[in-house]
Amino acid sequence: MNTFKKILGIVWVLLGPAIIYLLISGAVSNIDPAGKKDINNPVIWIIIIAIFTPIAIGLMIFGWYAFKGEYDYMPQRSEEMGN
Amino acid sequence: MDNSSVRGIGKVIAASSVGTMIEWYDFYIFGMLAKTISIQFFPEGNATAALLSTLAIFAAGFIVRPFGALVFGRLGDLIGRKYTFLLTLVLMGGSTFLIGLVPNYKAIGIAAPLLVLSLRLIQGLALGGEYGGAATYVAEHAPANRRGYYTSWIQTTATLGLFVALGVIMLVKLNMSDDQFNAEWGGWRYPFWISIFLVGVSVYIRLKMKESPMFSKLKTEGKTSVNPLKESFRNKSNFKMVLLALFGAVMGQGVIWYTGQFYAQNFLETKAMLDFEQSRTILLWAIAFATPFFVLFGWLSDKIGRKWIMLLGMLLGILTYRPIFKTFLEDTDITAWKKEKHTIDGEQIKKQLFNGSNDSLTIKSVNYKLENGAGFTEVVTDTAFSNGDEPKMRSGRSLVQKDKHLSSATYWKFVGLVFLLILYVTMVYGPIAAFLVEIFPTRIRYTSMSLPYHIGNGVFGGLVPFIGLLLTTTYPNDPLVGLWYPIGIAALCLVIGTIYLSNKIDQEVND
Repeated sequence: MNTFKKILGIVWVLLGPAIIYLLISGAVSNIDPAGKKDINNPVIWIIIIAIFTPIAIGLMIFGWYAFKGEYDYMPQRSEEMGN
Repeated sequence: MDNSSVRGIGKVIAASSVGTMIEWYDFYIFGMLAKTISIQFFPEGNATAALLSTLAIFAAGFIVRPFGALVFGRLGDLIGRKYTFLLTLVLMGGSTFLIGLVPNYKAIGIAAPLLVLSLRLIQGLALGGEYGGAATYVAEHAPANRRGYYTSWIQTTATLGLFVALGVIMLVKLNMSDDQFNAEWGGWRYPFWISIFLVGVSVYIRLKMKESPMFSKLKTEGKTSVNPLKESFRNKSNFKMVLLALFGAVMGQGVIWYTGQFYAQNFLETKAMLDFEQSRTILLWAIAFATPFFVLFGWLSDKIGRKWIMLLGMLLGILTYRPIFKTFLEDTDITAWKKEKHTIDGEQIKKQLFNGSNDSLTIKSVNYKLENGAGFTEVVTDTAFSNGDEPKMRSGRSLVQKDKHLSSATYWKFVGLVFLLILYVTMVYGPIAAFLVEIFPTRIRYTSMSLPYHIGNGVFGGLVPFIGLLLTTTYPNDPLVGLWYPIGIAALCLVIGTIYLSNKIDQEVND
């Protein structure tokens, strides 16, 4: 199971930039100042990219921790953390 | 537990829950009145722009929630739970009341949307600080073997807040005409004004409460955190749990929560085109039937662990969302309705002459009634060309079938389906407070649990309608396309949760 956790860690690391790429390419292909549809509005895209980029980075960090085996042993008590 | 202890925890739960429910009520009424608010506070002439502006404010309300979690979470870990979530309650109630007092755009121009935006941001900040405080406060009073059960009462508050908000808006709206409701100082403002009384009562109750025993003990021993933000997010052993909580539990919980309640109601109103009353009473009934299950699943999580209950709720959502929402569409399909025996129950034609022409815009509304009690209104908007004395209608240019009224059997079927959607919510949401409390230590618990909770619910959950709207615009031929966002996020969370989460209950959180 621990090997599986580590292998999947790589998937999470790769998923982070994939999400950012999808968002940016979606914005580039859809933003149109002359367009009247909601999806053409740059403000909406800026908001979504600004929100999801740090979250995608968080997913990459999560994946990196998983890859490094940080989740092989899960703390059984909250006092095991924060020290 | 002896009787006095049970009474004591009962008071703690009641005082915490009532305040939290009022905060949710305050937060929801803005979203529910978004259309009216957009007309009042944003420049007229472009309805979409006005609606989008409001949606942006709505999203902004959710986006600032994580910041509220950091600000008030830190405060709660430094000075205590009691005074922090008292402060959030006052901020929330005050800003809600003030939104109800802001003159509209016609009266004060750009100051109106700016004031509303500022107050909405304060609401978001306050909500970000409230939930973590209430959940932590109750959990730190609860015995280890009943933590899931006791905190599940706090978990009912978000849904009950929605219930009260829906109920108050319906009561006001059904007791006046649309014009009276939507007027500058009309009925839409009443739900905002009512908030000040609710908050007053809750503040009075909360002032009488004592600080959490675990936090008091830490404070007495001088062991409280000096820098909760640093300890929560710069300490790897804690930060990795923050990430796991977000990606393995709260992210999926957030989208299931919003899809089951907000998205469902919006879908029934705008896609299934049900009338105002039925689209809301369906949700009200479903919430009333489903709410006890928050407590049931909270209780059950004390017996079998939190993990699998939450993940099962996500799995059921992933598997059944599309069939359930497809049923909503199929059962309100007018083509099928028209094949049944029906009568015409009234007809209205309105004409508006075009300037400098005898041609006119003609709006023809026909009310249909079916034998089984169902009914709907068909509105054909067209240009009538004057040709001699009689205008001749062209074939229908715009056809809208709206205000659909379901037969009794279909109505209760819809209540059952929405009940199922909310049942999934109770599975993912009932045990999550206890789950979050148990993975973080007391001295940084408020900060550590608040951030993933509000990113999961505020960002992932709060953007369900917004991203749904974007997907629908991109793929207009699939009315269910908006569901792929919550299904995808829930599926990702399910995989991460299944593999990485532990089902172990931490019996000892007194550290």
